[in-house]
Amino acid sequence: MRLAAEALSGERGGEVIFSDTSFAVACGEALLVTGPNGAGKTTLLRILAGLLRPAAGRLALDGGGEEWPDIRAACHYLGHFNAMKTALTVEENLVFWQRFLGQARMTASEALETVGLEDIGHLPFGYLSTGQRRRAAIARLLVSHRPVWLLDEPTAGLDRASEGRFAELMRGHLREGGMIVAATHLPLGLEGAGELAMGGQAR
Amino acid sequence: MLALYLREVRLGIRAGSGALTGVLFFLAVVAVIPFGVGPDLNLLARIGPAILWIGALLASLLGLERLFQADREDGSLDLMLIADGRHMLALTVFVKCLAHWTANVLPLVAVAPLLGLFMNVPPTGLAAATLTLLVGTPAITFIGAVGAALVVALPRGGLLVSVLILPLSIPVLIFGVAASRGAVAEPDPFLPAFLILVALTLFFAVIGPAAAALALRNAD
Amino acid sequence: MSETANLTARLTALANPTRFLALAGSLVPWLGGAAVLVLVVGLGMAFAAPEDYQQGITVRIMYIHVPFAWLAMFCYTLMAASALGTLVWRHPLADVALKAAAPIGAVFTALALVTGSIWGKPMWGTWWVWDARLTSVFVLFLMYLGIIALTRALDDQSRAARAAAILTLVGFINIPIIKFSVDWWNTLHQPASVFRLDGPTIHPSLLWPLLISAAGFTLLFLALHLMAMRAEIWRRRVSAMRRLSARAAEGKLAEGQAS
Repeated sequence: MRLAAEALSGERGGEVIFSDTSFAVACGEALLVTGPNGAGKTTLLRILAGLLRPAAGRLALDGGGEEWPDIRAACHYLGHFNAMKTALTVEENLVFWQRFLGQARMTASEALETVGLEDIGHLPFGYLSTGQRRRAAIARLLVSHRPVWLLDEPTAGLDRASEGRFAELMRGHLREGGMIVAATHLPLGLEGAGELAMGGQAR
Repeated sequence: MLALYLREVRLGIRAGSGALTGVLFFLAVVAVIPFGVGPDLNLLARIGPAILWIGALLASLLGLERLFQADREDGSLDLMLIADGRHMLALTVFVKCLAHWTANVLPLVAVAPLLGLFMNVPPTGLAAATLTLLVGTPAITFIGAVGAALVVALPRGGLLVSVLILPLSIPVLIFGVAASRGAVAEPDPFLPAFLILVALTLFFAVIGPAAAALALRNAD
Repeated sequence: MSETANLTARLTALANPTRFLALAGSLVPWLGGAAVLVLVVGLGMAFAAPEDYQQGITVRIMYIHVPFAWLAMFCYTLMAASALGTLVWRHPLADVALKAAAPIGAVFTALALVTGSIWGKPMWGTWWVWDARLTSVFVLFLMYLGIIALTRALDDQSRAARAAAILTLVGFINIPIIKFSVDWWNTLHQPASVFRLDGPTIHPSLLWPLLISAAGFTLLFLALHLMAMRAEIWRRRVSAMRRLSARAAEGKLAEGQAS
């Protein structure tokens, strides 16, 4: 499988904020999208996820076959928000997303154990701290299988130990032949990842 | 999809007291009417079904603007949009509407007979008003979904939702009241108006989610 | 085949707002002039036309009331077509057309209601009745206001455009239902008398002035609409330039800091 973008440009509120961006990601590879605020990192990820239309250019997921016809169907999107309901328990949230997203991989309790939240799965999500919430959102990536992970500032709010654990998770995903496109300010601990520096080339 | 329905109903019941507020609002609307028109029991009995309908219509508008806004604020809406290939977005919207109706509007229908008693509505009228509300209020929720989807990006869109969807819900109100009056007043027939009400609900069950899905996809 | 390609090319050329501005700029005075001319002829004929033996002088209000009511519906149809243009073909002018038409349509609808009310007072003895026709036009007026409120509430133009387009289309599907439901509910307004399958039931001496003044008001509407579209395009350019100058100031600041 190969994710390719050609001469992509994106706009926000009628203004072009990046243009002529091309890259390709193959199985087992990661791409770090870096750049200053307002360079269009989030917009690029939202275009990849199919939430926004590109202003120009072409996007494709080659070799996905029947199961993964396009990026939208093949991706996990972890945005700025955690997509969890504060009134439901952590476990209820995860079980719901697993049933809604399909392609079950780990059970909710296994995923919680992997991110180190096994003791508080029964608590309402609203009682968790910022870092714990982020880890619960990361657990969502594990309960359903998707080959492409689109991560927007995934380590925001995480402490050093959790960052290390998350880096290990991402390396595991890559070893299994997954792909990662991550927008970040911080080093994610992925050796050999490609880098796409945004900002500066547009305007 | 069942998972989504259960989650939404659970949220509607657990988070906040939307249903209770709606029922209290319904009660308040119905309670002020006799003060406005005077405590003439014959008059109240005649306009009772219409009052129940108007009260239920207004009460079911409460909380509609949160239908998609809550999901947008915590990022769930993004995931639902991305899952479009697996679960058609219009179907997701349809299920969310059904869950919203179950958690917030069904209690209104349940208390309608009780409030009808205050209005001196005869038993057949009570049954007819409740039945028409049961069949007709989903249409209001489906129309409301369009309004809620259109203003999803607005922080305070509640009033705008009401302004946008009240004109659209006039046919539902007309046939709902016509059918419940038909059950009581002899010359007017009950069944034709009731069947048209059913048809309207089915029609909006298709149009509403489809238009709301289109609006949500274009909301960014 | 080449004909359709030609047409598409011409439509695409029209999509260029600059070309549209130039074309509309040269069209507006002609349309406005023609509107005034036709209106003078039509309304002149209206006052020369015989009085109705039942309604007397009050029948003359028909010559403005009926065109206003036609235009209220014509404008909504135009907006629904623009809404399709926005959603399906993403034509940049369609959204401008919709946004510019909504206030004009609302004014014509309000005028139709007011003139109808003035006509109704001597005829029916009351300013307002909750009759089918009046109610459905009133609902149409409410929908115009809703669309205007929605376009004003959203500040992002492209988002506002698509939201208004969806609302317009949903309303367009709904209008027949509203009309049909209130028709069933109650009616007092006279039935259609001009556009009928078996020919108009209205006398030719009344029909001609009516048609001519309707044509005049339609020309007036088109002139107003083009003017509003031009104003909207200019407004968008101004806001785009303001945003650009805000950005340029930022860039200058960054350069100043660097040096």
